[in-house]
Amino acid sequence: MKNKVHSRHQQSNGFLDKSQAYLHIHLHALFSSLGRLSRNPFTSLMTAVVMAIAISLALGFYLLLANMQQLTAGIEANNQISLFLKAGVSDRSGEQLAQQIRKNKQLDKVVLISKKQALKEFKDYSGFGDVLDILETNPLPVVIQILPKNTLDDLQSLEQLLMEFEQLVQVDFSQIDMQWVERLQSIMQIMQRGSILLSGLLGLAVLFITGNTIRLELQNRQDEVQIAKLVGATHSFIQWPFLYTGFWLGFIAGIMACLLVALMIMIIQNPIENLSILYDGSFKLLFLNLTETLVLLAMTSLLGILGAWGVLHYQLQQIKPE
Amino acid sequence: MLKFDHVSKRYQDAGDALIDVSFHLQKGEMAFLTGHSGAGKSTLLKLIAMMELCSRGHVLLDGQNLSKVREKQIPFIRRKLGLIFQDNKLLHDRTIFDNVALPLVISGYGQQQIAGRVRAALDKVGLLQKEKKYPLALSSGEQQRVGIARAVVNKPQLILADEPTGNLDPELSAEVMRLFEKFQNVGVTVLIASHDIDLLKQMGHRVLTLENGKLKTSAS
Repeated sequence: MKNKVHSRHQQSNGFLDKSQAYLHIHLHALFSSLGRLSRNPFTSLMTAVVMAIAISLALGFYLLLANMQQLTAGIEANNQISLFLKAGVSDRSGEQLAQQIRKNKQLDKVVLISKKQALKEFKDYSGFGDVLDILETNPLPVVIQILPKNTLDDLQSLEQLLMEFEQLVQVDFSQIDMQWVERLQSIMQIMQRGSILLSGLLGLAVLFITGNTIRLELQNRQDEVQIAKLVGATHSFIQWPFLYTGFWLGFIAGIMACLLVALMIMIIQNPIENLSILYDGSFKLLFLNLTETLVLLAMTSLLGILGAWGVLHYQLQQIKPE
Repeated sequence: MLKFDHVSKRYQDAGDALIDVSFHLQKGEMAFLTGHSGAGKSTLLKLIAMMELCSRGHVLLDGQNLSKVREKQIPFIRRKLGLIFQDNKLLHDRTIFDNVALPLVISGYGQQQIAGRVRAALDKVGLLQKEKKYPLALSSGEQQRVGIARAVVNKPQLILADEPTGNLDPELSAEVMRLFEKFQNVGVTVLIASHDIDLLKQMGHRVLTLENGKLKTSAS
């Protein structure tokens, strides 16, 4: 009995020892690979910068798209229809018509712009105020601005609504810049596809850059690998430091890419803000949030590991001790 | 412990390196492998260390047929061996301690056990004071002894040495050989390839002589 207890104690000790040794091997590989990179700062930096540029291209495109989506989101909320009433229709009968239209449950907001208001707005915003002063009568028609409910944001139902309004006797013509929205949406779709393709390509580039770096590193340390093999190292033991090198390259390149893109955004921030003021300040430049940053770093690190793994998987078999 | 059963090895470009070699090393036996250069000494050792596979016949290590060992199992076969090379094959960017510790780290030993065993192995070869030095700071005789410490640290069943005294003067050579005898005395099987005939005769162990790939004598 005593013996049994003793052996079990030894066993658990062995397990603890083993896992401790395992952890030690990994920690050592993690930090020694970083140390190795820092011992050749120039080479490591060049590799990381090339990777960072590839990543920042993909990242920049992604952010461009995210920002444009924010813009078009604003546009969609403003699928506003303007009904220009016939010249003879007075403010009063315009108001009556507006009341009538308000009964439509598909609409969110119906605003009447009287002839006077229209003239004032035109003067304020068009810059032709002085010219209008010359005219004796107000040439502008009464306008009813209609904002459909958000549920009505697809083009088909908007067009249907438009047709209904055009049948009203008082309405001269109605307008919604649908074509523009349509075009923008299809451009966005193309860009989204393009972004995925570009990210895929640049991801491949990162994969191959890491792979090549690891291949060179493996060549430089061929003696070491051979010796390790001779004293009984498995491939998985040998590959850990190299996989961690791939991890560090991906991770560092990811951070550098974030900084690069942040720098680019800082540079274009001012002109964008000026533009934003012209558009009522509704536009704010987006950057990665914390989650997105973490996801990006995880992805670039993973690419680094994968690139290293691909090369190791093939090359370690090739290195035979002599 | 080690058995060669009608073993032949043919290289595609260099022809026959070993022809129908058979011998048997008992557990705890010490033997020399000799012959002119190119007689097949290195090839024979490579077959045991699984750096090459034989073309015909069987190599049995501790009862295990090496021809049937899978690629993935090779590291575990090598852990049973202690390999010593003429050029030491030390890692020059690591300390003596780290060099000797390598087989233990690979086998997954804990830190305390590693430290204990490495110091014991270094003590046996008389280099305990130099554990913090780097290989290039040592003399060639000392470097060879570091290689031996690394080979025995994992308590192997079989020590294989390829020209371990090739770069050493006679006095150092004799010292290294006496070291091998010490290991034999504690039950380790030792096979040493050497062309230093005078030294072999002095030692008086079994001698395997290869000539053009054929085993000439296998007398004890």
